[in-house]
Amino acid sequence: MEQLRKERVDRSLKVRTEGLYAISSIEEILYLIGPRLLFVAGILLLPLIFEAAPYWKRVVNVMCAYALVAISFDFLSNFVGLVCLGGALFTGVGGYFTAIYNRYFSFPIYLSIPLATLSGALFCTLVLLPALPLRGVYFAIITLMYPLLFSRIIEALNVLGGTNGITGIESFPDPYIEHYAIILPMLFFLFATRRFVNEDIGLVFRGVKDNDQAVRASGINVTLIKVYAVFIASLMGCFSGAYIAHMYMWAGLSLFALDFSVIPIASTVIGGGGTLIGPVIGSFILVPLSEILRAAGTLRIVIYCVVLTLFIILKSEGLMIYLQRKYHQFERWVKV
Amino acid sequence: MSGEAILSVSKLSKSFGGLRALVDVSFEVKRGEIFGIIGPNGSGKTTLINCITGFLKPDGGKVYFKEKDITGLKPHKISQMGIARTFQIMRPYYSLPAYKNLIIPLWSPRAKRLGGWRGGGRHGDRDTVAVDILEEIGFERDSRVPYKLASTLPTGYQKRLELARCIALRPEIIFCDEVFSGLSMSEVAGMIPLIEKMKMEGITLIMVEHRLRELFKVADRVMALNFGEKIAEGDPREVIEDRRVREAYLGREGV
Ligand SMILES: Nc1ncnc2c1ncn2[C@@H]1O[C@H](COP(=O)(O)OP(=O)(O)O)[C@@H](O)[C@H]1O
Ligand SMILES: [Mg+2]
Repeated sequence: MEQLRKERVDRSLKVRTEGLYAISSIEEILYLIGPRLLFVAGILLLPLIFEAAPYWKRVVNVMCAYALVAISFDFLSNFVGLVCLGGALFTGVGGYFTAIYNRYFSFPIYLSIPLATLSGALFCTLVLLPALPLRGVYFAIITLMYPLLFSRIIEALNVLGGTNGITGIESFPDPYIEHYAIILPMLFFLFATRRFVNEDIGLVFRGVKDNDQAVRASGINVTLIKVYAVFIASLMGCFSGAYIAHMYMWAGLSLFALDFSVIPIASTVIGGGGTLIGPVIGSFILVPLSEILRAAGTLRIVIYCVVLTLFIILKSEGLMIYLQRKYHQFERWVKV
Repeated sequence: MSGEAILSVSKLSKSFGGLRALVDVSFEVKRGEIFGIIGPNGSGKTTLINCITGFLKPDGGKVYFKEKDITGLKPHKISQMGIARTFQIMRPYYSLPAYKNLIIPLWSPRAKRLGGWRGGGRHGDRDTVAVDILEEIGFERDSRVPYKLASTLPTGYQKRLELARCIALRPEIIFCDEVFSGLSMSEVAGMIPLIEKMKMEGITLIMVEHRLRELFKVADRVMALNFGEKIAEGDPREVIEDRRVREAYLGREGV
């Protein structure tokens, strides 16, 4: 009996260039930047597309905010080797900082968000400093505990609005500004981090993940590299938190909620870790999904878990890696 | 002798719980020589390297590099001063191509300060310098080997990559932790000219080896450890004739 086997063949351009692109025709340019262009254009047009469904317009913003936290998780875990389970630390700190600046110091929104992003990231880096020499699961546990710690402190001391949170934060002046105030930074951070990890300094970060001892033996202070990395990741998370606070005009304990730690990780798993775009795609699937599942009430978590499990079993490499392979290679059946 | 000693170790000791891995080990290494450290498995050779290069804190004793006390400094501080090391358990940066493995040491302040390899220049493109270094160490430039993922390289190349990573730092001393182990006779024969070339370039080599025959081809002086204690030191031929050295080896597994 004749047996058939699937063979994967690289498309010609990929074979010829392997990273160094020698482009000679318009088709090849399109082949390379086409998907990126489509992706960017698609995201930029989202607010217009959802003009038809006003309820969903906010979801676009939330999607992008989660995507940013997911990028920061992917960056830390797959390019620096720090598994950070504390996305909620970043969003909470960013949200509360911007609320303080805006409500207590009356800074306008266009000052309070950048300030909260910077000072919040500094604050997050400082509190994570003692955990940086720890490896693997110990770092993960500490990052998981911080958001809990801060929300309990706020609750127990009844500071910063206590359980009610800080209300009356300035909103965005216009729905379109509200959309693009998250879409543009999200795209910026996405392409900036993608660029960064392939620069020489980015390779040093990736070296820390592969073998931190060898990086030490190369005369590089690994702890310092981790500090930079955590700062970059906190920038993204804190921006996201500050944005959300202004969007809902409220900074509450829910900014420290587990959702902000878990959904970005799930998005990275679904979208494909180590690609940075994967987490964005993952959030674009998971956030609307959990929105739809609101109708299902308590069953929401169950359905959510089933979907996640199926994804992990069926496409454990992540969507993005799967798509990349399909794009760069074609498959054919050959006789064995 | 002390005037020309580049590295001087005195009464270094280290225990792991009750286990005494190093017991008052003292020795000096002269600039430009190849100094061998031999001893059966578990005799404390790797621990000695770890204590000198800062990866472990010694319990007692002192390490002087060019007459400066470097005992207990952080590993990156020590490698910045010009002491490089390989690891017995090789772990290249698996997710990077071979030549990109060298970007990391080339990025370090020391490599920046001293410029690239072969006058590659302060601002020499790191990728070019990296491939140059790999060529020096035996990666054929025209083959695709320097561009292959480090995880797909055969053992011989991974050992060379480990050395290349040291060389990229432009060190004064390289500690080699069993670079010959796991290699075939012909692969070792290919490594020996490399070792000699590094010596010619003025690098002091301290080679920890389990395989004596190959080490004795290149070493100027050797020291033998057993159960963390120095039992002999001197000319390779004298050391191998030493009664305690023979006992240490023959008593366990033979030379
Ligand atoms: N981190 C450690 N913790 C506990 N014991 C160790 C550690 N490192 C080495 N040892 C012990 O110290 C002794 C010397 O080990 P090592 O220096 O690796 O020997 P060698 O390199 O000569 O084979 C061995 O008995 C080993 O089990
Ligand atoms: Mg050893």
